[in-house]
Amino acid sequence: MSSGGSLSTMQRLVEQLKLEAAVERIKVSQAAAELQQYCMQNACKDALLVGVPAGSNPFREPRSCTLL
Amino acid sequence: MDQTFLAIVFGPCDKCSKNKPLRPVSVKSEQRSYCSLCVEMMATEGLHENETLASLKSEAESLKGKLEEERAKLHDVELHQVAERVEALGQFVMKTRRTLKGHGNKVLCMDWCKDKRRIVSSSQDGKVIVWDSFTTNKEHAVTMPCTWVMACAYAPSGCAIACGGLDNKCSVYPLTFEKNENMAAKKKSVAMHTNYLSACSFTNSDMQILTASGDGTCALWDVESGQLLQSFHGHGADVLCLDLAPSETGNTFVSGGCDKKAMVWDMRSGQCVQSFETHDSDINSVRYYPSGDAFASGSDDATCRLYDLRADREVAIYSKESIIFGASSVDFSLSGRLLFAGYNDYTINVWDVLKGSRVSILFGHENRVSTLRVSPDGTAFCSGSWDHTLRVSAGRLI
Repeated sequence: MSSGGSLSTMQRLVEQLKLEAAVERIKVSQAAAELQQYCMQNACKDALLVGVPAGSNPFREPRSCTLL
Repeated sequence: MDQTFLAIVFGPCDKCSKNKPLRPVSVKSEQRSYCSLCVEMMATEGLHENETLASLKSEAESLKGKLEEERAKLHDVELHQVAERVEALGQFVMKTRRTLKGHGNKVLCMDWCKDKRRIVSSSQDGKVIVWDSFTTNKEHAVTMPCTWVMACAYAPSGCAIACGGLDNKCSVYPLTFEKNENMAAKKKSVAMHTNYLSACSFTNSDMQILTASGDGTCALWDVESGQLLQSFHGHGADVLCLDLAPSETGNTFVSGGCDKKAMVWDMRSGQCVQSFETHDSDINSVRYYPSGDAFASGSDDATCRLYDLRADREVAIYSKESIIFGASSVDFSLSGRLLFAGYNDYTINVWDVLKGSRVSILFGHENRVSTLRVSPDGTAFCSGSWDHTLRVSAGRLI
């Protein structure tokens, strides 16, 4: 929003900033640890990370016929 | 407060008690008589001290400063430092498994069906195509009445698609399997914006659609009635992208715009609950981390960034000096460890989300990559390009 906005725009901006300032936050160290934990827990299911058993990849090279 | 100038009377002022020419004045619907000095003072007192424009501006500035301070207090470590002990990823081998050809012009958007196989894509030439990515067959096609169909989405049931662009609308087309299907005849106009539609997404059901527009707003619509259920105001410029939070994490979504801001919204109240402004240019793409605790963004400033919602701050930047073209589209692999990003220099970079390093660079498209999505079960990803094609790629560490 341009800083030359009307009075009501500025009032809304101030209210919005008050709301955002009041958000409850956790430390980055804790947030980062949890992001990492999620990755580790789900890595084994991530086909783009660990691959899938050969033959079960639906996008393997097309063969001469496809089963419906 | 009302000022009238009908009759001027001389006498004691109701406010200061001095004998002066008085004016009748209405204060809280009561008639008073004030001298001209007190009338002037009333006019300025009528506004609370913190409501003048200048003082509001300085209050806004100090609140922004406070917000930064509060966020900085909790910035005790960088994400990549926490991830130092994590095993580094090896070499990636990605291969294009399917190439979908058929669009007559730039591919602008695509979305996967929940069946992990079908794909809807939309193009500058006005065409929207539904593909079977296993066989590369085109199953449905419709021509929109406008060019630049910038947004398309698959309904959760797989029975409909939504799309829109320069027509300023989002329309829903049911998909049937009739022999001579006439998709255009069944078209249902749902959303109406006052500028182009940049993004759309069904919510958890076929019943509601969320839209983002060049008019600076996002909106939630009821598909059946076309009724506007909620609108989201706050971006200072065109909104270019949106993503819904994974259903387990509740009713929020994130949007990104030309105002360089990413905003997180409460869908029920229409309120912006968190906003982030660290990019140096337009945000073209936003995508939630699979757990819903963070989201990534891709921008014209040639960087992608990760924002953690509980720490309420940016926690990683994915960039390299050699990458100077904008990132148009981002998506995570299933575990959130990899971030795939399509760029305007025709490449796709694959980033290690935790360590912040690039693990792979994928070539193949012959023009800008405009859209990219990982399949619902994470086995592959699809990229769409201005080179008129879509490519489905898969691969792994070796």
